[in-house]
Amino acid sequence: MRPGLNNLVEYTKAARFEKAGDKERLGAQSISEAERVNLAVTIGGIRMANPVTTGSGTFGFGPEYAPYVDLKRLGAITVKGTTLEPRLGNPVPRIVETPAGMLNAIGLQNPGVEAFVQDHLPYLREIGTPVIVNIAGNTVEEYAAVAGRLSEVGGVAGLEVNISCPNVKQGGIQFGTDPVMAAEVIGAVRASTQLPVIAKLSPNVTDIVAMAEGVAQAGADALSLINTLLGMAIDVQTRKPVLANIMGGLSGPAIKPVAVRMVWQVAQAVDLPIIGMGGIATPEDALEFILAGATGVAVGTANFVNPRATVEVIEGITTYCVKNGIKDINHLIGWAWKR
Amino acid sequence: MFSCSALILKQEKLTNDHYLLTYLAPEMSQRARPGQFVHVRCGDTWDPLLRRPLSLHGIDPEAGTLSLLYRVVGRGTERLSRLSEGECLEVMGPLGRGFQLIGREAIVIGGGIGVAPLLPLVQVLIRQGIQVTVLLGARSQEGLLAQEAFQKTEARVEIATDDGTFGVRGTVVDLLQKRLESYSSVNPGEEAKRDICVYACGPVPMLSAIWQICQSGQIPLQLSLEERMGCGVGACLACVCRVKVVSNGENQKKQPAQFGVDAALTSQDWKYARVCVEGPVFWGKEVILDATRPE
Repeated sequence: MRPGLNNLVEYTKAARFEKAGDKERLGAQSISEAERVNLAVTIGGIRMANPVTTGSGTFGFGPEYAPYVDLKRLGAITVKGTTLEPRLGNPVPRIVETPAGMLNAIGLQNPGVEAFVQDHLPYLREIGTPVIVNIAGNTVEEYAAVAGRLSEVGGVAGLEVNISCPNVKQGGIQFGTDPVMAAEVIGAVRASTQLPVIAKLSPNVTDIVAMAEGVAQAGADALSLINTLLGMAIDVQTRKPVLANIMGGLSGPAIKPVAVRMVWQVAQAVDLPIIGMGGIATPEDALEFILAGATGVAVGTANFVNPRATVEVIEGITTYCVKNGIKDINHLIGWAWKR
Repeated sequence: MFSCSALILKQEKLTNDHYLLTYLAPEMSQRARPGQFVHVRCGDTWDPLLRRPLSLHGIDPEAGTLSLLYRVVGRGTERLSRLSEGECLEVMGPLGRGFQLIGREAIVIGGGIGVAPLLPLVQVLIRQGIQVTVLLGARSQEGLLAQEAFQKTEARVEIATDDGTFGVRGTVVDLLQKRLESYSSVNPGEEAKRDICVYACGPVPMLSAIWQICQSGQIPLQLSLEERMGCGVGACLACVCRVKVVSNGENQKKQPAQFGVDAALTSQDWKYARVCVEGPVFWGKEVILDATRPE
């Protein structure tokens, strides 16, 4: 054993194993300053204690991350895409790592809206953090039916309408890349719920602003930007596509610049709050989206790499505000083009 | 379950592409059970991005250490192999469902790097007073891993290599058949089959062959599976495998006619289970392996 290593061994053994959440980054004086920073935001009527939620499909239904994160601390929890009927999902391989990112083609595996309401919603209600349910469907009617069901059960703060999933044969991206169909879906959901409706847009379009304007007119209360970018990978050994679904959605730090650009464009053109997402892994990433015009941010793929990424982003945003004399996070929204 | 920075105590190069990494994590070592895994970061940058799931090869709660036997297969594990003692390992775990200890006699079968989760299993089985036979297999002598460690236990160890450069020429499947024959000659009758359990980890074709033998002989079997993994905690649904849907004990009717040939199964007969949470260890009778998938 290397000299000095033994001291480290003794130190590690003696130390109580801290749950990383106990780690206090700010000094005693700054803690009271941090408490005075307003992090609360409102997104389409959803009141969040801070701007941070989770990327749908990266956080399960919540309990999966409970050993690592105090779920009460999140601004909201956005859960896995839910459809009217249960979905098996795609065959494996469902994911492949790519430079600074990954492709996924899960195929919306989910237990269906009834099982969600019975088996998962009670747990989520207990936490008290606003729950945003991502919804998907094969047809406009299915979207409306899921939205209607979730509106009557209580405990759901808002619906994120997934018109951008690249991994299913029907629905999903078909709706998200055609402005007319996108508006039709959002209109149908709007008509079947009183809950806030968030349209999750696909980046796989030429004109993201036109898509955003379309769903805004159809009655969306907010926008989620962006879903994954359609991509693929080929295994040079087998000379075949890696994913069983052939194509999949690209996520992770690799897509962040694309996402920031789209938030920047849409925020200036459309008067709806935006939840920015796409490669957010650090507080600085999240701040970039806020400065570009996002009111909320979602941490997605980064949860896989760092299960505490969400709370670290919240802590880091707080520290940034304290250090820079920002009293209210809302002042930073769109700063990059507003000031 | 913990997520922490653990101190690396040792990084040994065993062969050209196999390493044994030992790290200090007292609480994790106390909770860890054979068959469980940990999810490790291979560096501190975003590329390569994802963690790598690695089986626990050594569990020593007294020393507070855990060790990982792994093969360098890509950029992530290559990065991992460059970490050295005194550095930190970002690690989550212990994760997943490990092996269940049953019966009075155990046959533990490892192929290639598949031996990794089996060493702590053998140690615990022996401590429980269960009689253990270990069957190790590889293409040739160079591919045999950890055989000395298994030989140090009280288990009886048999080795097969495809090319006969070490042990018997053949496969672990041949060894299993022989072992089961001698077991049933000493312990005749259907009842005796409940006192034995086969545990296996290795390449899918090997697992398929073992599955077939155990299925036809009605021998309890536990398999440790591997799949491309994302989160490691059951959230992302990337690492799934197919398991039979059992309803009202009618599962006998729904057994696939032949292993690996499951075209007759409809989605009502099976569902996807998460390898990271419901596994990585599954009962042979519940899992449907895809034998046709290339390695």
